Amino acid sequence: MTPLLSVRGLNKNFGSVIAARDINVAVAEGEVVGIIGANGAGKTTFVNMVTGYLRPTSGQIEFLGRDITGQRPREVIAAGISRSFQIPQVFSTASVFDNLLIACGIADGARLPLWRKLRQRAFTDAAESMIARFGMVDWRDQPAQLLPQGVRKLLDIAMALVRHPRLLLLDEPTSGISVEEKFSIMDVIMEALRRERVTVMFIEHDMDIVGRYAGRVLAFADGTLLAEGDAETVLNDPQVQRYVTGERLGQRTAREPPASEIRA
Amino acid sequence: MERAVPTQGIGFDRATQAILLTFAGLAVAALLVPGWMVYLLTVILARALVVLGLIVLWRTGLMSFGQALYFGLGAYAVGLSQKFLGLRDAFALVLLGLAAAVFFAVVLGFLLRQYRDIFFAMLSLAFSMILYGTLVKSETLGSTDGFAVAAPSFLMWKPTGLAGQYSLLYLTMTVVALAAYAVHRYLASPMGHLTTAIRDNEIRVEYLGFSVARAIHVKYVLAAGLSGVGGALVALAVGHIDPELTYWTTSGEFVFVTILSGSGSVLAPLLGSALFELLRTYATDYAPYSWQMVLGICLLALILFLPDGLWSLLGRRRKSAP
Repeated sequence: MTPLLSVRGLNKNFGSVIAARDINVAVAEGEVVGIIGANGAGKTTFVNMVTGYLRPTSGQIEFLGRDITGQRPREVIAAGISRSFQIPQVFSTASVFDNLLIACGIADGARLPLWRKLRQRAFTDAAESMIARFGMVDWRDQPAQLLPQGVRKLLDIAMALVRHPRLLLLDEPTSGISVEEKFSIMDVIMEALRRERVTVMFIEHDMDIVGRYAGRVLAFADGTLLAEGDAETVLNDPQVQRYVTGERLGQRTAREPPASEIRA
Repeated sequence: MERAVPTQGIGFDRATQAILLTFAGLAVAALLVPGWMVYLLTVILARALVVLGLIVLWRTGLMSFGQALYFGLGAYAVGLSQKFLGLRDAFALVLLGLAAAVFFAVVLGFLLRQYRDIFFAMLSLAFSMILYGTLVKSETLGSTDGFAVAAPSFLMWKPTGLAGQYSLLYLTMTVVALAAYAVHRYLASPMGHLTTAIRDNEIRVEYLGFSVARAIHVKYVLAAGLSGVGGALVALAVGHIDPELTYWTTSGEFVFVTILSGSGSVLAPLLGSALFELLRTYATDYAPYSWQMVLGICLLALILFLPDGLWSLLGRRRKSAP
């Protein structure tokens, strides 16, 4: 069966810096894939290339069997891929409702004649439905710039969902959110996405979140795909523990004396 | 909690009612004012068209410092069509003014849509100064003196004197009313809402599947078209065109009026344009050697105390009403 997303031999260089090196990934419909890696490992570069924000230096990206390598964001979106951002990309001066209303209107706008108003039933109902689905009813009329980070994240993801994508990439959906709130926010997100039946890839630094929500994990280090497989296998991989989660490094530090003491 | 359901159907919304009432009032008031004000009203309304276009750009987060380019193109399209083609019909001349502005905006828009902020502003200014330089250097185009524009005919009718002035005023009034309504409907549409959306976050607009560059291009052409029509109407009202119409100070005046008006309503340019003419008239009358300083101080006070323009005063009053 053709995978939903197929990435082959993907490379990205910024001058002499190699941000992505020979990445090969296949994602099947309905999967929830976690992407892990230390800062600078190439996770966001990978997402940026898949969503058209960056053009790969070489390699191929296929979505539903169609080559989308190097296409612009709006072409990638039209193909059925959407994304959220580490820093939520919302319309800061507009309320939550207006953000979603505008998103619904723009997403559908290219087909609309100019004289049709944005404030029409189809769009307002869609916006209200998104607000309810993402649990933002209490924040409905708040300007986006005044929202707590968690709600801004939810709004960003809800806006990414208005075009009903087949594949949604989430860039650190819980970054900047307190430890206590992370799981409740992720529960809301994953429940909304399950109802939408969208395939999900999400970048995450919290391994508890990855372990709980990801069916499969991709581990990045130094621009390469270090390991992939089910969450338990990948998170227990010694290489992943050394280069990504840092757990082996932590163990070694606890057991071994500091270098300064050795010299003394 | 019950949510208000947006109104739909064929009833007029509040803004449309305000446009209708304003222009109906103006049409009646025009019959009562002294003859010399007919000309002034025509110019105020025609210049308000340029500001209406600038408001669309401003809401998108862009400000053109060279809108006189299209204002001048509209005016020169009228003058040159009269001079070389012998056209006198006001409707045809206004349409030619529109076509000239739209044509150049479509071409230049491919470059300008790639720039933002001060780069957009200065690039638009550069283009207007290129036209100014061309006009000043060209004898065929009238050089620094420009040339006269004859009173227009209206289809087959050729009114003279005050009747001619009134005819042009009502034509201008109709055009501005239609333009205000069209811009209002445009701003209420999904494409119109792209203005503030682009100003707030271009990345999100792209990731909703719409080209920001294309949207800006459309808005730029819209603003240019309105400026071209404004320029054509001013040329017919004044009866003379010269390169000053395309000079940077003319563009500066339009920016001044835009800030004075605010972007809160499609009717704001009427208020701003009228007040600017009033301000300039009295400033030159009472301070003939320092009237620019008076305008500068007014602009400073406006930015400090009314950054959202005069129209925001009406908004505040509505909010504070019980």
